[in-house]
Amino acid sequence: MSDVLTVRDVRIQRGARRIVDDVSLDVTRGDVVALMGASGSGKTTILRAIAGLESFATGAIEVAGVRLCANGLPKGKLLRDLHSRVGMVFQFHHLFAHMTALHNVWLAPVHVQGVPRHAAEARARELLALLGVADVAEAMPHELSGGEAQRVAIARALAVDPPLLLMDEPTASLDANRRGELAATLRQLADAGRALLVATHDEDFARTCARRIVRLDAGRLHPGVF
Amino acid sequence: MRGDFDIGLSGLEDTPARRARLAVTIPYYEFREVLTVRQADRERFRTLGDLRGRRVATLGATLAYELLIQAEAEHGIQPVVYEDDVHPYSDLALGRVDAVVLDQVLAERGVRRNPTLANQDTRLAVGHYVGILAPANAALRDRVNDILRQAMRDGSLERIFRTWGMWNADQPALYARMTGGETSAGVSATGAASLSPWDAAVRYFPALVRAAAITVVLSSLAMALAVCLGVLIASGRVYGTRGVQVAFTAWVEVVRGTPLLLQLFVLYFGLAAVVQLPAFFAALLGLGLNYAAYESEIYRGALEAVPRGQLDAARTLGFSERQIFTLVRGPQAFRLALAPMTNDFVALLKDSSLVSVITVIELTKQTQIFAANIGSWVVPGVMCGAMYLALSLPLARIARRIEKGWRRG
Repeated sequence: MSDVLTVRDVRIQRGARRIVDDVSLDVTRGDVVALMGASGSGKTTILRAIAGLESFATGAIEVAGVRLCANGLPKGKLLRDLHSRVGMVFQFHHLFAHMTALHNVWLAPVHVQGVPRHAAEARARELLALLGVADVAEAMPHELSGGEAQRVAIARALAVDPPLLLMDEPTASLDANRRGELAATLRQLADAGRALLVATHDEDFARTCARRIVRLDAGRLHPGVF
Repeated sequence: MRGDFDIGLSGLEDTPARRARLAVTIPYYEFREVLTVRQADRERFRTLGDLRGRRVATLGATLAYELLIQAEAEHGIQPVVYEDDVHPYSDLALGRVDAVVLDQVLAERGVRRNPTLANQDTRLAVGHYVGILAPANAALRDRVNDILRQAMRDGSLERIFRTWGMWNADQPALYARMTGGETSAGVSATGAASLSPWDAAVRYFPALVRAAAITVVLSSLAMALAVCLGVLIASGRVYGTRGVQVAFTAWVEVVRGTPLLLQLFVLYFGLAAVVQLPAFFAALLGLGLNYAAYESEIYRGALEAVPRGQLDAARTLGFSERQIFTLVRGPQAFRLALAPMTNDFVALLKDSSLVSVITVIELTKQTQIFAANIGSWVVPGVMCGAMYLALSLPLARIARRIEKGWRRG
C-alpha cells in the first residue's frame, strides 16, 4: 500500500534542547498507527510538525505527495496543499466557541473548498450521524460533553476529507465505554481508506484501535510491541 | 451664596438673573456691545442684519450671547460660542467666523491684538458692570455702593479707568445717575430669570433637544471612527511587523497619556495656522482618535483572549490567516469586547461635553447657558441629567440583551 505519511530523520529543537531526535515513520492508507509515549516525550510536537504548525531542524516530512522541508513553516500554496491532505484533532478539541457543532463542521468545506453551503451542511450532518452525535448538531461547544466535543472535532477534521488524520490524546476526555466506541470508529475510518496517526499514552486504547504501535522515548522512536 | 468669597467683580454684567438671586452693587462701568469684523468686510457687515447665514462669535451666557440668539431668530445668523475672549478674535482673523459681538473693552483689546480686524460704530446694546455679593450680605453691598459713589464723586474711579484706557464719554452720565441715588441703570437682557421654572423649562426644551441631538450624532460618529481605527490599531499590534507594533504602541501611549482636552485644543486652535478644521469635524476627530486608543486596547486584549488552539485548528483545516481573523478570531473577540465597548460609548457620550471648548454647543454647554441665564442649576441640571440617562440607559440594555443572546447561542 502507498505511504500517505513519510517522516524521515526528523529532529525538532527548541533552542539547544532536542524535543524529537532522528525520527522516521511511515503510515499507509488503511493503517492506524498509535504513537505512544509518556507525557512530554514529544508526541504532540511530531503531530504538530506533520500538520505544518511546528518547524523542524533536520529531515523531511511528506504527506500524500506534499513535501515539507526543514527550517521554516510551510507557506502559501504548499500550506494549502498540506492542509487539504492532513486533518488534526486536538487533545482539547478546540471547537470554534461561537458557532454550533454543525456550523463547526461545515465551515471549512464552504470557505476553504468552496463547497455550496447546502451540500456542505448535508455532508456535515452525515458525518455527525456517522460519529453518533447527530442529536447535538445545533448545540454550542460549551453545551457538549467531552466525548461529544471529541466526535464533533473528528467530524470537523473529516469534513475536508483529508487522506491523513492526526489525533492527539483522543481518549483524554472519554470513559471506558466511549473509548471502545472511538476505537471502533477509528478502525472504520481506516477501513474506508484513510491513514490515521494517533498519539496516546493509553495502552489499552492503543491495543484496541491500532494496527501498529510505535513508542517515543526521550524524543527517539522505538518499534512498539503489542 | 455658599460663602466661598464675599465679593465678585471683574466684567460681571448686570443681568436679571443676578438681580433676582444676588445682592448686586450699583453699576460702576457702562459698556456698549460692539460688532467686530475683518477690515475687508467693513462695508459689507455693518450690522447683525448684514450677517444672515454667517457665523458670529461671542462668549456664552452674556448679554452679547442673548443678542445673538435674538439675531439668530430675526436675521438668521449662526451664533458660535467661545469659552474665552481671545480665540473669537483670532478665529475671526483666520476666517473661521465672520464677526464677533462682545463688549467694547474686549473688542478694543481684540482689535489691538489682531490688526486685520476693525470695530464697527453700530450701537448694538448697552450694558453695565457690577459687583455681586450674597443676598445675606446686603449691608456689605450698601457699604460697597457708598465706596463706589465716593470714588465716582472724587474722580478716583475715573483715574483708574483712564490709566487703563477705558474711560469714555458714556461714563459721566452713568456716574451722575448713580451718585444721584439710583441703584440700577436699567437691566438690558431678555429676562429669562423672571420665568417660572416650568416656563423656563418649556422655553429651553427645544434648544436642549437640539443640543442632545448634536451630542448623539457627535458621539455616534466618534465611536464609529474609534471602532474602525481601534480595530486597525489592534490588528496592527497583533499581526503587524515589529515596526508597525512599535508605532501603534507609541501612538496609543501618547493618546492615552495626555488629556482629551489638550488634544481638542491642539486640533482646533493649535493646528489653526496650518489647517483650519471646522469645529464639529475637529470635535469628531478629537473624540474619535482619543477613544480609538482605548478601543484598540480592548480589541487587542480580546483578540489575544481567543484560545490559540482554535487558531491552530483553523489553520489545519486550511483557512488563510485572513479567514481565521474574519471567521474565527474576530467574531469571538467582538463578543468579548462588547461589554467594555458599551461602557466606553457611555463614557464617550459624557466626554463629548468637553468639545464645548472648541465652540461646539452640545447638551452640557447648552445646559450651562440655560442655567446661567435663569440663574439656577436645579431645573437645567435635572433636565440635562434626564437626557443623558435617556441616551445611555437604552445602550446598556441593548448590549446586555445581545450578550445574553450570544450566551444562549
